Amino acid sequence: MLDQPKRDLADAPATFTGNRGLDAEELLLFEIGRAETSGVDIDEPSPFESCLDGLERKQPIGLPGLSEPETLRHYVRLSRKNYSIDGGLYPLGSCTMKHNPRLNEKMARLEGFADIHPLQPQSTVQGALEAMEQLTHWLLTLTNMEAVALSPKAGAHGEICGLMAIKSAIAARGESETRKTVLVPQSAHGTNPASAALLGFEVRAVPAGPDGVVHAEAVEALVGPDVAAIMLTNPNTCGLFERDVAKIAKLVRDAGGYFYCDGANFNAIAGVARPGDFGVDAMHINLHKTFSTPHGGGGPGAGPVVLSARLAPFAPAPLLIRTGEVLRLKEDAEGTQAFGRITAFHGQMGMFVRALAYMLAHGGDGLAQASRDAVLSANYVRVSLRDLMSSPFGDRKCMHEVLFDDAWLAGTGVSTLDFAKAMIDEGFHPMTIYFPLVAHGAMLIEPTESESKASLDQFIGTLRRLGERALEGDAALFHGAPRYTPRRRLDETQAARKPVLRWSKGAA
Amino acid sequence: MSTTHFTTDHEYVRVDGDSGVVGVTDYAQAQLGDIVFIELPPVGKKIRKGEPLATVESVKAASELFSPVSGEVVEVNSALEKTPAQVNEDPLGGGWFVKLRLADAGELTGLLDEAAYETHVQSL
Amino acid sequence: MRYHPLTESDREAMRAAVGVADMAELFAEAPGGVYGEFDLPRGKSELDVERHLARLAAKNLSAGRAPFFVGAGAYKHHVPASVDHLIQRSEFLTSYTPYQPEISQGTLQVLFEFQTQVAMLTGMEIANASMYDGSTGCAEAMLMAHRITRRRKALLSGGLHPHYGEVARTVARLAGDEIVTLAPDVLASEDLIAQIDDSLSCVIVQTPDFFGNPRDLRPIADACHRHGALLVAVFTEAVSLGLLMSPGEMGADIVVGEGQSIGNSLNFGGPYVGLFATRHEFLRQMPGRLCGETVDVEGRRGYVLTLSTREQHIRRDKATSNICTNSGLCALAFSIHMTLLGEAGLRRLARVNHANAVALKDMLARLNGVEVLNRSFFNEFTLRVKGDAAELVEKLAARGVLAGVPVSRLLPGAGLDDLLLVASTEMNTNEDRAALVAQLKEAL
Repeated sequence: MLDQPKRDLADAPATFTGNRGLDAEELLLFEIGRAETSGVDIDEPSPFESCLDGLERKQPIGLPGLSEPETLRHYVRLSRKNYSIDGGLYPLGSCTMKHNPRLNEKMARLEGFADIHPLQPQSTVQGALEAMEQLTHWLLTLTNMEAVALSPKAGAHGEICGLMAIKSAIAARGESETRKTVLVPQSAHGTNPASAALLGFEVRAVPAGPDGVVHAEAVEALVGPDVAAIMLTNPNTCGLFERDVAKIAKLVRDAGGYFYCDGANFNAIAGVARPGDFGVDAMHINLHKTFSTPHGGGGPGAGPVVLSARLAPFAPAPLLIRTGEVLRLKEDAEGTQAFGRITAFHGQMGMFVRALAYMLAHGGDGLAQASRDAVLSANYVRVSLRDLMSSPFGDRKCMHEVLFDDAWLAGTGVSTLDFAKAMIDEGFHPMTIYFPLVAHGAMLIEPTESESKASLDQFIGTLRRLGERALEGDAALFHGAPRYTPRRRLDETQAARKPVLRWSKGAA
Repeated sequence: MSTTHFTTDHEYVRVDGDSGVVGVTDYAQAQLGDIVFIELPPVGKKIRKGEPLATVESVKAASELFSPVSGEVVEVNSALEKTPAQVNEDPLGGGWFVKLRLADAGELTGLLDEAAYETHVQSL
Repeated sequence: MRYHPLTESDREAMRAAVGVADMAELFAEAPGGVYGEFDLPRGKSELDVERHLARLAAKNLSAGRAPFFVGAGAYKHHVPASVDHLIQRSEFLTSYTPYQPEISQGTLQVLFEFQTQVAMLTGMEIANASMYDGSTGCAEAMLMAHRITRRRKALLSGGLHPHYGEVARTVARLAGDEIVTLAPDVLASEDLIAQIDDSLSCVIVQTPDFFGNPRDLRPIADACHRHGALLVAVFTEAVSLGLLMSPGEMGADIVVGEGQSIGNSLNFGGPYVGLFATRHEFLRQMPGRLCGETVDVEGRRGYVLTLSTREQHIRRDKATSNICTNSGLCALAFSIHMTLLGEAGLRRLARVNHANAVALKDMLARLNGVEVLNRSFFNEFTLRVKGDAAELVEKLAARGVLAGVPVSRLLPGAGLDDLLLVASTEMNTNEDRAALVAQLKEAL
């Protein structure tokens, strides 16, 4: 099936329109729209006396409009240039590109969830508060933690929230002047050190061992009264379970520090193992990863943070409180040790409903099955490619994602980037590349539980054939890729040297 | 009569009297790839050997240039603001970063001369 | 389970290939191993999930079911059917961040158009590809001003949305920076300029402000610049930009606001979309993602994420911010709605909003026991009522009218318990206004 290339487009003359069948060349909105056109019919109000104190806009804005059919066409054509989960496998390590159930969209759009205002009287939104309470229950049960801060709007926002709680807990103990260091492994996602630095912590690197995990001895050498926290991802960004995690947690906590766990890889263990059991103090959960809320081309996400008993008192406003039959959001920090507020209003309700729908559909049993399938699929990919592709830590059991490096491509003239671009022509979004930094030319593959075995087999087979072509010396195939996409390789150097970040009148 | 000294981290300083012109070597610019932006220090800044002097950005990475010597910044190559590509094209000439007034000529003995640097690069 | 394609025979074959007899072997390193039975219900069918969630949703009084005058930072507007339809297209809904630009030109071109629209609306030179929301954007603007001016003290106007102020103060306190917040400024009468000096990195002013007053930023901008500080202008009602002078025109250096009003539902507070715009000279200090124009190897115009070296995945602890996600789909919804409106439609929409608010003000002026405090407003104003505003709102809610937001809800203990924020958008009909007035009359 994968023996010979199926079609050769060498004989493909240019078209007048620049279109290629279903792939249309679509100009910018500003090049096709007009200021006087509108796709919305609004009646001009009857004359009235304006009340703006002379601050009326006098200059035109310059915005173009399109009629409704033109708008549909513009965006439909643009959409066709995008790869998506619905369209194909997305083996992006650390991103958990699982299926986004459409039921979630339907539920989030129920008017009782979508059409309610965060500042309506709380008596009129008890159902929404109950949904938040249920989500809280699921998250706490899955993690065995004490409390959850629901308001962070993304995983990185959750990290800030967790670190703020830690910083506040340290301040409450009077140790702000001494505990100023946060330990972060080199394999960590960039948001970890960025979040720590934002809060004025000094970031110190924790080395991983040659087996890709952090050893308790390495942490022991670094803990002390100056350490505020350690930030670990578990399973880590190399797809490996940090087997010393409980020992590390104990070392840090015994030294008076806190353990922040980056929950980006929760999909490996949700419903199977509980982070609270390994001594985590705070962990953000990416609802847009583990709990299927859609990636939407880059967002919105949601990053609620589960907290241990030591940190629970410092959770930010608002706090959800039940008194008998009545639920209430306490929106101010009066009388609490809440460290403050990290966003206006209450958090990403739209994502809470989607995640809750996902959890209800799966149940505890389904969530465990999802994690097992995710881990099985990643290991299946691993054993199917290990004879071809090299790993920085040697071949060993992984969790929900498998890490390869570019050592096996040495001497071929094919880089990890080139390999990725060739995958695109084969109809696959590439895996995560050049992350984590601890692997040279990293290739991090996370299939998730949403792929059929046939899909996995096709993916594996494709990587094998591409790998063989690379080793056979066919570098040109890779250097010219991708060829079949709406645009071929783009000049990122020019984009950075001469940034053009908007359309302007008079632009060519 | 100027002499150029190198570090194993691929920085150079071309010394003339107590003045030193600092930049990165050809090997460094090749490693960094297309350079898109350089962040230069303010004139007057006092720097110690080994401290970060400038930041070099390519599309995918940001690297720091550590000063090979101690001194005070007397001039920066502001042309790099418009054309950072100069560092790729002419690293030892028009792609210079910073001119320093050297604080301690004795530091130069710890650096490599051209031949020693070439040998070092060959070994990589 | 319907979302899991692997069958038992698939799993068996895969386990054999991997060389494990039992999945527990792959979880052996978890302390305590596999936990066991979680105290969670079993999975439900689609029908049962619907029943469960519909029951919860039904317990909420939605904005469409009552005369609705609630604002205070989130506004109910009409979103054309095309918007929600388009954002549910698979290629928009289920695509990822455009890190592989060759297969993301749809998302990238949308972001480029969005950035342009935001820059135009705010009267600024460049905008980013969105922030989580207005409040976090406001805090990021403050940090950006610190980086640019190398000063670490901010001054917040008493007209800034209280939640935005709390977020900024939380960030400032925990980052070790200074911040001064002026007292709540109901009548836009604070003397902000007198407080501006050389110690400040920025002054943060909202317009229209929390109490509904449009602010003239021009003198404030001048004062800021005389002292080497930046003016950060904030807005929470994006539709106001269709009628009011843009912050850019008034001299703002950074403009940040909430875009929810355009294209996005109320959603009980999220997800929303933060708009962030500034001058070209501050480009490298701007947080968030940026989409830029370039060409491909065949010389055709295309788009890529650019200037990533500001961001966390490259700079790590030296990043301008720790942000990873933007508000992609909400930004798309904003952009589509703005495209449908166009300049003509947006201006008309803004006029209708203002007209409705003026009509409501006139009706309320004839009512005893209430007083409209604003001399000027866009689509929201502050009402002083006889008695406690929060109690009044509860009373009216029980009678099926959502009358607005009592100021005490966001500013408890500030002695403003008799103030009510009333918003009026194009959604309000004459019947709605009449109902509100009638119910107020009865309650007071």
